[in-house]
Amino acid sequence: MSATNGTPPAPSTGSPTNGDGHRPLLETRDLSVDFGGLHALDRLDFEVHEGEIVSVIGPNGAGKTTLFNAITATVDVSAGDILFEGASLMGLDANRVTARGIARTFQNVRLFANMTVLENVMVSQHCRTRQHAFGALFYTPSFRREETEIRERAEKVLSFFGSRLVGYRFDQPAFTLSYANRRRLEIARAMATQPKLILLDEPVAGMNPVESAELTGMIGRLRDEWGFAIVVIEHHMDVVREVSDRVVVLDHGTKIAEGDYAEVSTDPRVIEAYLGHGTEAS
Amino acid sequence: MTATLPPETGAAGASAEPPLAASRPALAQDWRRLVRMGAVGAVAQVFIALSNMPVRLDERVIVKPVLSLGYLTLLIVPFAAGHRVGHQIKREGMPQHAAGAHEVAGGAACGAVAGGGLSLLAVLLANFDLREPLVNWSPMLAELLAFGNATRFAVVIWLLIGAAVGALGGGLRLLGPRTRRAVVTMALAVGGAAVLEPLVVDLAEGMRLEALTDRLYARRGGINWTSALGLAAGSGILAVLGRGRIQQARAHIAELEGAQRTRTNGLLILATAAVLIVLPLFAGKLTNELLANVGLFVLLALGLNVVVGLAGILDLGYVAFFAVGSYSAAVLTAATSPRINPELPWLVALIVVVIITGLVGLFIGAPVIRMRGDYLAIVTLGFGEIIRLLFLSDWLSGWFGGSQGITKIPGAGIFGLTDVAGTDPRRVFYLVLAFCALAIYVSWRLERSRLGRAWMAVREDETVAEAMGINTVNVKLLAFVVGAVLGSFSGAIFSAKVGSVFPNSFLILVSIVILVVVIFGGMGNIVGVIAGSAVLIGVLGGPKQPGLLAEFSEFKLLIYGALLIWMMLARPEGLIPSVRRSRELHQQEMAQDAWLKGQVEDDNHDDGGSGPQATPAT
Ligand SMILES: Nc1ncnc2c1ncn2[C@@H]1O[C@H](COP(=O)(O)OP(=O)(O)OP(=O)(O)O)[C@@H](O)[C@H]1O
Ligand SMILES: [Mg+2]
Repeated sequence: MSATNGTPPAPSTGSPTNGDGHRPLLETRDLSVDFGGLHALDRLDFEVHEGEIVSVIGPNGAGKTTLFNAITATVDVSAGDILFEGASLMGLDANRVTARGIARTFQNVRLFANMTVLENVMVSQHCRTRQHAFGALFYTPSFRREETEIRERAEKVLSFFGSRLVGYRFDQPAFTLSYANRRRLEIARAMATQPKLILLDEPVAGMNPVESAELTGMIGRLRDEWGFAIVVIEHHMDVVREVSDRVVVLDHGTKIAEGDYAEVSTDPRVIEAYLGHGTEAS
Repeated sequence: MTATLPPETGAAGASAEPPLAASRPALAQDWRRLVRMGAVGAVAQVFIALSNMPVRLDERVIVKPVLSLGYLTLLIVPFAAGHRVGHQIKREGMPQHAAGAHEVAGGAACGAVAGGGLSLLAVLLANFDLREPLVNWSPMLAELLAFGNATRFAVVIWLLIGAAVGALGGGLRLLGPRTRRAVVTMALAVGGAAVLEPLVVDLAEGMRLEALTDRLYARRGGINWTSALGLAAGSGILAVLGRGRIQQARAHIAELEGAQRTRTNGLLILATAAVLIVLPLFAGKLTNELLANVGLFVLLALGLNVVVGLAGILDLGYVAFFAVGSYSAAVLTAATSPRINPELPWLVALIVVVIITGLVGLFIGAPVIRMRGDYLAIVTLGFGEIIRLLFLSDWLSGWFGGSQGITKIPGAGIFGLTDVAGTDPRRVFYLVLAFCALAIYVSWRLERSRLGRAWMAVREDETVAEAMGINTVNVKLLAFVVGAVLGSFSGAIFSAKVGSVFPNSFLILVSIVILVVVIFGGMGNIVGVIAGSAVLIGVLGGPKQPGLLAEFSEFKLLIYGALLIWMMLARPEGLIPSVRRSRELHQQEMAQDAWLKGQVEDDNHDDGGSGPQATPAT
């Protein structure tokens, strides 16, 4: 499931898993995000191809989460363009971006804490369902049919995580879950929006090594079984080594290296960025 | 000192309770706490006395010669202080003191301190004239405090009364749970019978049971003390015999699953509906008027509950929709409406009213809805006032009559079958009931739909809801409009019932009262909202409508405020919390218990395979 190729920086050559041939699924051009005087992202070019797992790494404050926020329209982009399937995402509301097919998780888990596990996953199918208030009021057949579909899809997504989020857990409020299960539920919620691309922000943070190894395997399965392209932000280098087709290294909002894990981990600029900031490097 | 365990505590609660340490020696418990509690009680009592409540409420008799509502308001404070002072915070692993004689002693001491406030007040009243700053500083109050005797008497008697009542409050802790339940039931039975007097008399007249009420109540109000004793004895016996059967039944219903549960709930709803339909037939004008008023507020509260409880939008200007509903219904049906008077039949007008209010909801909502939290609350508050001022303004007085309002609004005619006018509160109540049923159905269905889930998600975390593909602006706007339409129903019935609309029926106070009802009852919970209106509007009264305790009307806001503060401190989830909230609290406890017992399942071991093959969903 791990790296099958090391796509060189030039995007147009494509990767073997790229069904489209030439056009990347997601592409940012000269993307800049400023917070006051701080350039959180500085003219960043970044792309993801269909069926690809890309890791984004970099020291704290490098702009990784900001990249996700920019893609999902959670922060304002100062300059540049973001293309998804060839069409620009600029000016779209966050919910329209999700409807186009990009889903995400959050670095600091943000579930709908007082809703049940099942409801969390049902509600995120909002943009894929058409049901309106009148159907609910008159309990029409189409309403019931869609309600059943929503429920079944939610259960199917949750069963991806084994027995952890199923059964009696369906009806437990999300805040009762353990930390690891919350992270899993966040991924399930993202999956239920039926995206083409999933952005995972530090999915194994706070997990123990066993849980972390298990989830690493699941990231591979997300691509292989569900067909999602995936971008992972991760600090754990063993996870990065395991899952990535390609690794992108950010520092101070710019891309300082790109390539497969072996290339990147020996790149002197990367080592310097990490050591220079005094954070973990392995 | 040895522990003097009351017999029942040992038998009933031993297993779950933390270990009991010996009883504390009397008064050796932290006397600081005792004095502080007593001082709070004293301040509260002086405040109540100077609010003029006792003098005003002295006319309303609870138990014929011995107790009036006025004295009750004074007695309740030392009682509560005496009871509260014995309260121990239960902490895991900390020893609990057994209840003992010190509870009574502590309660008495604390009550005496509280009563001392009134003693002091009596002395001051006799010697100074502070009528300038304190408007209720009156000889009448002095007389009431001294029971018509000299000041010296008042000083002594309030210390004694405080101590006695405080001792009773503390003594309540000595009783086992069963006895305590019986005592509380007895007090509630007598108090309830006294509070509900007008209602009971009215119902008894309808059912030709005047003989019963003649015996129960004294000629000029209040329960005869003989009947009070009888009532207490009867309810006490019932409570002992019942022994928490009700709770058992409730727990039983809560445990039912699936179809059985649905059936039980259905039966309960049917039974309630049957009672509500039959009851007005036997009730007189007064009861029906009361029921109709409560119903109007239930309707409003249900509407606001969609906005605040489900979608989490703090709307402080909800009265705007009530006003728009009332005025548009008035304009469309009344012949006297200044500019246009199509004199539509009420039901036809209602359709137009719904459309108009929906549009107004959109119009107000569109700019407001993009704001969050506090900003939104303030802006809605402003819009609520703007709407009222527009109806009041000279500019629009050609349409809405300015401060003269619109009068002579005909009642609500339903298909020419019946004419529901204010003169017949029973029909008004049935009309309100029908619309309440509609509102309940709508909230119930919507809560369990895609839209309802989206509302909850927005309430939980708006940013994430947006990121999960929910168009939060649309969804919130829809909540606003649904709330507006439900509010307009209430408005349209209101104008038909009262027969006239004036701008000052739609003060900000109405918004606040509805919000208090929703918060008090339990946000997001239909049953809670109904219970909240019944208690607050039914007993204390609405902004303009009298409740059962009509004497309280001038202190209504004071009591609303006190209730709200108490609610936030003691029971923030509301009178009847939504299932969601109670489940939340319950499960936290369960998780804690499991953790303490070391039973928490480890995430790595809770399933064998944890692989792709594991447990398919059913
Ligand atoms: N909303 C914001 N307003 C102002 N500054 C921000 C905001 N969000 C991020 N920043 C700043 O932008 C920079 C990049 O932040 P970002 O969260 O993208 O880092 P990161 O690479 O995700 O770091 P970490 O590994 O700690 O998660 C940081 O200096 C941060 O302080
Ligand atoms: Mg980050």
